[in-house]
Amino acid sequence: MSDLSTAGPPPGETEYQRVQRSDEFQGLRRAFRNFVFPMTALFLVWYFVYVLLANYAHDFMSIRLGDSNITVGLLFGLGQFVSTFVITMLYARWANKKFDARADALRREIEEGEL
Amino acid sequence: MSGIVTQTLAGTPVVSAAEATDIGNPWVNIGIFGAFVLVTLVIVFRASRQNKSAADFYAGGRNFTGPQNGTAIAGDYLSAASFLGICGAIALNGYDGFLYSIGFLVAWLVALLLVAELLRNTGKFTMADVLSFRLRQRPVRMAAALATLLVVFFYLLAQMAGAGGLVALLLGVDSRAGQSLVIAVVGALMILYVLVGGMKGTTWVQIIKAVLLIAGAAIMTVWVLAKFGFNLSDLLGGAVEAAGPGGQALLEPGKQYGVDGTSKLSFLSLALALVLGTAGLPHVLMRFYTVPTAKEARRSVVWAIWLIGIFYLFTLVLGYGAGALVGPEAINNAPGGVNSAAPLLAFALGGEILLGLISAVAFATILAVVAGLTITAAASFSHDIYANVIKKGDVKPDSEVRIARWTVVVIGIIAIVGGIFAQNQNVAFLVALAFAVAASANLPTIVFSLFWKRFNTSGALWSIYGGLISCIVLIVLSPTVSGNEKAMFPSADFDVFPLTNPGLVSIPLGFLLGIVGTFLSKEKPHPEKFAEMEVRSLTGAGAEKAVAKH
Repeated sequence: MSDLSTAGPPPGETEYQRVQRSDEFQGLRRAFRNFVFPMTALFLVWYFVYVLLANYAHDFMSIRLGDSNITVGLLFGLGQFVSTFVITMLYARWANKKFDARADALRREIEEGEL
Repeated sequence: MSGIVTQTLAGTPVVSAAEATDIGNPWVNIGIFGAFVLVTLVIVFRASRQNKSAADFYAGGRNFTGPQNGTAIAGDYLSAASFLGICGAIALNGYDGFLYSIGFLVAWLVALLLVAELLRNTGKFTMADVLSFRLRQRPVRMAAALATLLVVFFYLLAQMAGAGGLVALLLGVDSRAGQSLVIAVVGALMILYVLVGGMKGTTWVQIIKAVLLIAGAAIMTVWVLAKFGFNLSDLLGGAVEAAGPGGQALLEPGKQYGVDGTSKLSFLSLALALVLGTAGLPHVLMRFYTVPTAKEARRSVVWAIWLIGIFYLFTLVLGYGAGALVGPEAINNAPGGVNSAAPLLAFALGGEILLGLISAVAFATILAVVAGLTITAAASFSHDIYANVIKKGDVKPDSEVRIARWTVVVIGIIAIVGGIFAQNQNVAFLVALAFAVAASANLPTIVFSLFWKRFNTSGALWSIYGGLISCIVLIVLSPTVSGNEKAMFPSADFDVFPLTNPGLVSIPLGFLLGIVGTFLSKEKPHPEKFAEMEVRSLTGAGAEKAVAKH
């Protein structure tokens, strides 16, 4: 557990507060937020751009591609499916490869330290 | 989500189906549905042998794998009319029907990125577990439980009322007494499933139903595409042609919602409620506790997103396919109107047998969704209100589960009576309301309590009650309740709020009140509790373990 402590702990601090202050946890938290928050902003903006276009730019969304019956709006809509699948895969890969090992290491240290 | 589509897109609620269907053979439909009930009952009884603890009853022993739970989530989420309703909406309104499915799908990214894993790591059985982690238990649990019960009640009532209409459409039962009887049978079956099987049995019903629904939709999709040489453009062309003059509008947005500025704002409001509501739906949140770890919760959502996404892509083909092969006139004239598009398409493709299969799946769907809602409400009442608010946590797990079982019976009876009374009433707006309440009352408090250190009890109460009350008040004052002939009370006239969905106002209000309430309170912060919550939520330390397999 010694590697979790940084400076001298203030009196009355709990085990969890000590972990929370540690560099390992702060790094984990930063990594999580740096991935999740921008990704959330990205898909929400992309979704509302799409909804606003479908709601207020009918002419643009109704453009046909060549002589086909496929419209720009249909492609944008299918694009929402693609982006959802892609973000899902990106997050799962990032979490499996980068996040889990660090979180598990911290969890083991905490649970063993509590014994 | 059933009702949103049926109600707002087509203006024809499920319950309007008052005449018997004249296609297909009702006995085939009943036979296939009976086989489903029999098979699932056997599985539920087998699953129930290990139902001992509260964790068994509420969370299936936390022993489901990610893929199993992901399939069950899809089974819980894809309600009867999200199948029938979206297909019909696309068949009649084209592109605007497609818009719905996108909101329902993208919403899952909120659950994946912000909610599922952190909730699994910090909670036990209900949403209130997470909120009461660092806020004052009793008031917050009470508020969260009330929000949960209301959302579940709205959703449940819409499902049960829809069952009556579906009967008329699929089984040829057209008398009011006959429909009431079927609602009672559905309710009784649901009580039996949940009482005997608990969360484990409910989950298996949802898994089986999801597999049947997605497989059925897949077969029909390939069939439809084959008829058009696997060319999407030809399929769209077929739908345009079948629609006759003005058919081109099927390919463009705005056929339903582009009427005027108010209807466009209503759609915007709905789009907001859909994308933020899913991650606050109590029956969805509860499913994250049925897996052993946060990693499995993540896998569940990944599976759910793929299954739900692929299913909505199927409905795009099926909707335009119904438009092309059945035609809008035949759909509009059939009993059940817009909801009959998918069954009529099944009949046009594969005759009686395929129609029977699709009808049985639609029924199984109502049963599975209703069971999931009921166990959520039971957990919320028994675990939050009875065990923690009334008994202040001093209660044996046995008696908590006993209360939960009684709650299941009571809710089942309320659902049956409510469903019978709500027949032929326009109650479909209740589902839109459930999504709006989930997004305005539940999501802000969950997000704030997980991510905002300063957040406190007062903020949670302001946000939950503020979101809840504003949603209900705005829907009562909206055109769905009064002021026009499609409203619930057509003769009354108090529709001062012009939008059919309250989300555009109530969701920002829910978030804002959470912040205002937090800053107005003199409650002392609890840095040690926030530290525990934050560390646990990200690392999984001290999270509830799975029940050991016997």
